[in-house]
Amino acid sequence: MAAEVKMPAMFGLSGQVAVVTGSTKGIGKAIAARMAQHGAKVVVSSRKADAVGAVTAEINKDYAAHGGEAIGVPANIGRRPECEALVAAAFDKWGHIDAFIANAAINPYYGPLHEIPEDAFQKIMSTNVQSPIWFSGLVCPHMAERGGGSFTLISSVGGLRGDPKIGAYNLSKTADMQLVRNMAVEWGRYNIRANCIAPALVKTDFARALWENPVRHENALMTYPLKRLGEPDDIAGMAIMLASRAGQWICGQTLVVDGGMMAGIGRYD
Amino acid sequence: MSSIPPLFDLSGKVAIITGASRGIGESIAQQLAAHGAKVVVSSRNPESCDKVVAGIKANWAQGTGDAMTIPCNIGYRGQCDALIDQTIAAWGRIDVLVCNAAMNPYKGPIRDIPDWAYEKTMTANIRANLWLTDRACPDMAKRKDGAVIIIGSTGGLRGSDELGLYCITKAADMQLVRNLAVEWGKHNIRANCVAPSLVKTDMAEVLTSDPKRIQTMQWTYPMQRIGTVEDVSGAVVALASPAGSWMTGQTVVIDGGMMAGSGREEG
Repeated sequence: MAAEVKMPAMFGLSGQVAVVTGSTKGIGKAIAARMAQHGAKVVVSSRKADAVGAVTAEINKDYAAHGGEAIGVPANIGRRPECEALVAAAFDKWGHIDAFIANAAINPYYGPLHEIPEDAFQKIMSTNVQSPIWFSGLVCPHMAERGGGSFTLISSVGGLRGDPKIGAYNLSKTADMQLVRNMAVEWGRYNIRANCIAPALVKTDFARALWENPVRHENALMTYPLKRLGEPDDIAGMAIMLASRAGQWICGQTLVVDGGMMAGIGRYD
Repeated sequence: MSSIPPLFDLSGKVAIITGASRGIGESIAQQLAAHGAKVVVSSRNPESCDKVVAGIKANWAQGTGDAMTIPCNIGYRGQCDALIDQTIAAWGRIDVLVCNAAMNPYKGPIRDIPDWAYEKTMTANIRANLWLTDRACPDMAKRKDGAVIIIGSTGGLRGSDELGLYCITKAADMQLVRNLAVEWGKHNIRANCVAPSLVKTDMAEVLTSDPKRIQTMQWTYPMQRIGTVEDVSGAVVALASPAGSWMTGQTVVIDGGMMAGSGREEG
């Protein structure tokens, strides 16, 4: 073992400020915590103030030694003034934002697409598509002034396939993939990289209705070539990659992280 | 405490990188060793591999990181088998296989490609990857852990009026990792492709030295620059490491936004 080894620069995030929406549980929490472990200052956010406080304290306790630091800002990302306040809090505290992770999303309807109530559809589209557009407008001009940054949207493999029950959610996740392509074209020249990560079924509370459904769960284990559901850390590593030196020339892409589901059925043993 | 972050820690892992004596392959070998891997630096030319090995030992290897040369001309099955076998004989295992070596011996319309150039391109760019994975994956399967990374190209996603067959082989690499994912997934072996667009290397010099192509690139790549080898090698580390544990059968496009759309429309 070498006496004094330098931290590999490829995935270091020290000096970066990251905002992660929906970061009190599941994938968002894993991303915020792992980014702090890599030295980033992170803004933890979700709708629930007490959960925000708890996760913020946890990250500060676990990762201060790594140079990580967290503040908590409760926000409902479906409301523009709360999005503005979330971004403003990061600027007030640290003066800049280098990585924005749009992770929060909603899925309030489970049923045939043609029967979706008007307000459920509107809510899905405004929270999952319009809100990231708001955030891009709030952070990208500042990133451009500083010479660049990254914007990572957590989408879903649902956006690549039809589904009998969550059609509108999947529509919004497809829109996210096109949104990052358009952000790439609009902001690429300012060295801003916009990308999606599209997971298949990850064991989170958000997706509980899916993986607790025995048919979907069994189907996943049967058909995913890697024969397991995802864990939040399976997504967090890729989010760090996109925000770090390693991701400096990845732009407008969707990274599918799905245990092999989209590659083909791993079923015929 | 290791300074290598756990999601990207390759301590104790053994990696083979073909075409590692320069360019993207060299950078991949350096970065894997910087994250703790023992790397086998391979190419046809042992002397240039030795130089890369010395550089890695002096400047890159961290913790358990190490490097050695095993020469291999991937155009021959016997040499591909020997590369895998000698690695196992020396270091006991293979955890990461990076198929980076490829060739592009012909430039021109695809209808005029000579048969010898066709055979050579198909063998080096597709067949060799099958030979290498055939030999390496059973060893990975023993420990229920492994990663195969094939360096493809955005050329495999688009037609080309000059590099048609090369692009066909690069499209085949994308399908190959999908099939490896399906066949080896149950043994927890992940197979992915990394597809860069224009990166500044010796191999691409025929492209990067063309001022017309550089101008087109600046017009059409949203990020308005060509790639560097480090723009590619970091993603390979991520796919090889715990961060890539649930990613398989995919192609990671690294292209400064080229495939997303043209950044040109505003003029």
